[in-house]
Amino acid sequence: MFRSRFHIIALASLGVVAFSAQALAGEVAGYSDVTHAAASGSWLEVGLFYIVAAAACISALGVCYSKNIVRMSVWLFGALGSVSLLYFMLAANFLAAIQLIVYAGGTLILLVFGVMLTSKSPWARFEPRKIEILGATVVSGTLFVCLSLLLTRADWATTDAVVAGTSMSDFGHSLLTTYLVPFELAGVLLMIVMVGAAHLARQDK
Amino acid sequence: MEHIGLTHYLIVSAVLFCCGIFTTATKRNAIGILIGVELMLNSTGINLVAFDRYMGPGRLDGQIVALFMIVLAAAETALAVGICINVYKNLSTVDVDSASQLRG
Repeated sequence: MFRSRFHIIALASLGVVAFSAQALAGEVAGYSDVTHAAASGSWLEVGLFYIVAAAACISALGVCYSKNIVRMSVWLFGALGSVSLLYFMLAANFLAAIQLIVYAGGTLILLVFGVMLTSKSPWARFEPRKIEILGATVVSGTLFVCLSLLLTRADWATTDAVVAGTSMSDFGHSLLTTYLVPFELAGVLLMIVMVGAAHLARQDK
Repeated sequence: MEHIGLTHYLIVSAVLFCCGIFTTATKRNAIGILIGVELMLNSTGINLVAFDRYMGPGRLDGQIVALFMIVLAAAETALAVGICINVYKNLSTVDVDSASQLRG
């Protein structure tokens, strides 16, 4: 009884977050061409970037520090939504929509189903040992310090050319010409995965 | 006003990647480890799209590789969740340390 109520609350909160993120994404999609065509470097672009980047970083840290698997899923949803907003700001409109639909709509729901099917209680915890936390902190902290030193000192040959949002016809054209082989391979892979997942999750052996 | 460039996006991506490594290393729940892998995959996606935007705009290479990344991540999650459900059926837990039957 309690278990099913917790599940319903978790699913309902996920739905609310999904709806608000998609509404927000629609707003940003409408404006992203404007920010890139007219006002690159304007306060709107800079402010929006810092807000979205902060949301992404806070959600990722939330995934790290929450002990509870349901909370981790909700933080992951925040991270995926923020990454999709970053795609919008990088003028990759089609990819941002795909990120929302496939990742936030499909992959995350799959993960939540996995959580519900594999725990006796959704609030079950597995505590890591202290030494594991210490080791992971040292490794990821060192990597982050090295990466940020490297990235801030590197001199990239970037262009500041103004770009318009990607059009879907360009995307489809290059998928069916330059990238035809990987495209077909991805189709075969998806079919294999579908059959394999159905076989793995089969009830009677 | 400061200009938002490639480095800003790469730093965000580095934060996500390091959080993914931390999550993968510390969580004992198999689904938690999957969530860490998803974070790392997303950070590579930001990298690809940012390089595409700032180093070769109009060529779409980075965006298409990021699209394949999303497809592969979806496939990987489907199979991994199936494996987790099977582990749970056999061992009644998804604690990765308890799945040690093959240990020599």
